[in-house]
Amino acid sequence: MTAYIIRRLFVAVPTLVILIVVCFYLMQAAPGGPFTSERPLPPQVLANIEARYGLDQPLWKQMWDYLVGIVTRFDFGPSFAYKDRDVNDVIAQGFPVTLTYGAISFVVATLVGVSLGVAAAIRHNTWLDYIAVGATFSAQALPNFVMAPILVIVFTWQLGWLPGGGWNGGQWQYVVMPVIALSTSYMASIARITRSSMLETLNSNFIRTARAKGLPERTVIWRHAMKPTMLPVVSYLGPTFVAMITGSVVIDIYFSTGGIGRAYVDSALNRDYAVMLGVTILYGGLTVLFNLVADIAYAWLDPKIRY
Amino acid sequence: MAVLDVHGLSVTFDTGDGVVEAVKDVSLTIDPGECLGIVGESGSGKSQTFLAAMGLLADNGRTRGSISFGGRELLGLRPGEANKVRGAEMAMIFQDPLTALTPHLTVGQQMGEVLAIHRKLKGVAAERICRDWLDRVRIPEARRRLRQYPHELSGGMRQRVMIAMAMLCSPNLLIADEPTTALDVTVQADILDLMAKLQREENTAIALITHDMGVVARMCDRVEVMRLGAFVESGSIDDIFHAPKHAYTRMLLDAMPRLDAASPAAPLVASADGDILKVEDVKVTFPIRLDHGLFGKTVPLRAVDGVSFELSPGETLGIVGESGCGKSTLARAVLQLVPPTHGSVTWLGRELNKLEWRALNKARRDLQIVFQDPLASLNPRMTISASIAEPLKTFQPGLTSRERKLKVAEIMERVGLDQRMINRYPHELSGGQNQRVGIARAMINRPKLVICDEAVSALDVSIQAQIIDLLKELQAEMGLSMLFISHDLSVVRDISHRIMVLYLGQVVELAGRDELYETPEHPYTRSLISAVPIPDPRIERSRTRIRLPGELPSPLDSGATLRFLPSKRGDAAYRPKLQEVRPGHWVAEHDALETILNAGVVADAS
Repeated sequence: MTAYIIRRLFVAVPTLVILIVVCFYLMQAAPGGPFTSERPLPPQVLANIEARYGLDQPLWKQMWDYLVGIVTRFDFGPSFAYKDRDVNDVIAQGFPVTLTYGAISFVVATLVGVSLGVAAAIRHNTWLDYIAVGATFSAQALPNFVMAPILVIVFTWQLGWLPGGGWNGGQWQYVVMPVIALSTSYMASIARITRSSMLETLNSNFIRTARAKGLPERTVIWRHAMKPTMLPVVSYLGPTFVAMITGSVVIDIYFSTGGIGRAYVDSALNRDYAVMLGVTILYGGLTVLFNLVADIAYAWLDPKIRY
Repeated sequence: MAVLDVHGLSVTFDTGDGVVEAVKDVSLTIDPGECLGIVGESGSGKSQTFLAAMGLLADNGRTRGSISFGGRELLGLRPGEANKVRGAEMAMIFQDPLTALTPHLTVGQQMGEVLAIHRKLKGVAAERICRDWLDRVRIPEARRRLRQYPHELSGGMRQRVMIAMAMLCSPNLLIADEPTTALDVTVQADILDLMAKLQREENTAIALITHDMGVVARMCDRVEVMRLGAFVESGSIDDIFHAPKHAYTRMLLDAMPRLDAASPAAPLVASADGDILKVEDVKVTFPIRLDHGLFGKTVPLRAVDGVSFELSPGETLGIVGESGCGKSTLARAVLQLVPPTHGSVTWLGRELNKLEWRALNKARRDLQIVFQDPLASLNPRMTISASIAEPLKTFQPGLTSRERKLKVAEIMERVGLDQRMINRYPHELSGGQNQRVGIARAMINRPKLVICDEAVSALDVSIQAQIIDLLKELQAEMGLSMLFISHDLSVVRDISHRIMVLYLGQVVELAGRDELYETPEHPYTRSLISAVPIPDPRIERSRTRIRLPGELPSPLDSGATLRFLPSKRGDAAYRPKLQEVRPGHWVAEHDALETILNAGVVADAS
């Protein structure tokens, strides 16, 4: 297992390098640059600025310097849009916020989704099952950019229970709505995967054996059916976790939470190459990491899987 | 008093298409210590009868009547009450040992929970009982097995674990639902011996549900013959086999191919053309990745290890062997579906393995294959007539659609498919009908060679007999050659002219069919033949088995090929050579049976 993890981390390095190279070129391929504006700067000033950020160098040299900076100093370079801030500052400011509401949303979505799915499968073809299926279908049809304004209208305008935005150091009142908005559709997906997986497991031969042994249904479900049920759920949870903790532009914009999703979109609009690349690498690294975590969880759920 | 008394039992299922009656007004009794056989073909309701007794029917199942177990009524029990009976006083084992155990719990955990729930035993005391039972079902190294997961054990071992688990609380009744159907013949024989021993020693009554008259003849005291949800005949084992009254019972007995008395094969027309197919020293190895250390390493798995044979026009060569012996890989290598890593396959004077793909595809018109699983090997989204017509489109693109339709109609009629089925899809047909489609598809271009890879193994005996007759007729009509691959020695004897026995990718014996069964030379062949149950209780009582020590070894084990030649064990690279003991009867080099048995005992002990 240790050897497997080391091997996987080895493979992650070229993956990330390819990611960086491709993104680097893609951004440069887009017309314009960070300092293009409607009112052109005097050529001499522009040349000075570009020299300051190294943009006058040939492209391969820029990329090489960038890679060397990351590897030797963990330095993702200065931001082009915000003076005196570098990429590490931007990420350090936005990421903790996103990580907080993202991780809470993940836990909520997983717990509620899995419980709902299991309950629906055990009570297959009863009113509970029908309600669960109906609710998950509706929830999946509700994207967060619809969910967020509805929440604000109800809880802020109508009822006045919760603040309509801001972060305020992560006080609970400010966290509730982002979490609900972000987790709902994931929760629905998790519930649906869990339900169909549990139904399939309950039909398998070893469950019949477990029942033939005279085990109470509780033991049959929790001890014999739960782990195999979780296999497809876990492969969904890995990428989902990354998607949730890297946040959502929609959440950051509606609730002004100041997370990294907002910074990401701004960087694209400002042609702030450095921030954009930095956040992309962060996403890439997290994706690689949590796919690995999902695979390790797989081995724990199914002893047949040996790496 | 009877252990189990079923009276007027009916089982119905509410389905979307209405109510289906699976079991109709069935009554039976089982006395202490006796073995009752319940025989019938698929869909006869034999499993549902006993699933009802165990309270394991699907959610939409309804029961009527009465099932009394030791004087207690089982139907209508609450789950909590039923759980006190099942697993303790009445236990059940199932057909497919590969999926019947929970994959993520160790053998010890799964056995332990039975004792915990029924006997309130835990820890050392429970483990001692589990170990004791694993010993009694003859699982070596019981202590280590308890900590292993099911996938680390072979199919036969898993079925032993199932039996040990069922016997933990000394039940009065053991229900065995096709317990050996998925197993190799030698493993089947071991499991049946084991069940007979337990029946004797523990005085456990056994309800043996099976489709195999041979198994019934070996095991049972009484038999109930079941058809379409009802019992058609019941009686003692000798009455059923020697004086069957019902036509269906007679049909079942007649349809069963017998190892000791085969029906005549299609006449072999001697031909001056010489061999149609020549296979020389074919080897197929697959790299198997073993993950040890940082980068892992690959070892070669020799699936086929130097096989040679010839086939003449109109001849059927039977290929038998147990699972993992490489028989299917050999078939695929002959057709170049898997490229052989070594050796040559010569078809009508041309080396297939040297052809480029275009020429090879042309040659495939004459080389066809019929697969084991009739449903899975047909495209579910094509009507059966489209599937049958596909080879015509490939190899005779000049045909008009009217001509194609005619040809399809002709071959469908020939294989016994109703014309009205042309627009049906595979899932709407039965297994036997689908296999007829597979045969029609293979035969429509009138090929010269058809490979049947376990083509009848998934079918009921009566259907199996029909398909074999059909194949024989088509062979006589078209003069085609066949490679008939099967694990079932009786079926192979029935259809083949010559038979080749494979063991771990190598030929151990090759002879004419009657010669092979009457005077087998190689110890492996002899043990295979002695393990096959014969549907005649009198013969079964008088037979003795040649039991080879140990389990079937893994093909990855380099010493495994010398299992029958222990005297050469010092040289792991040595391959036993084929010797012609009589004209046309080839046997691989081997030591005397006693030497092998003794060597095996030594190897097991070490």
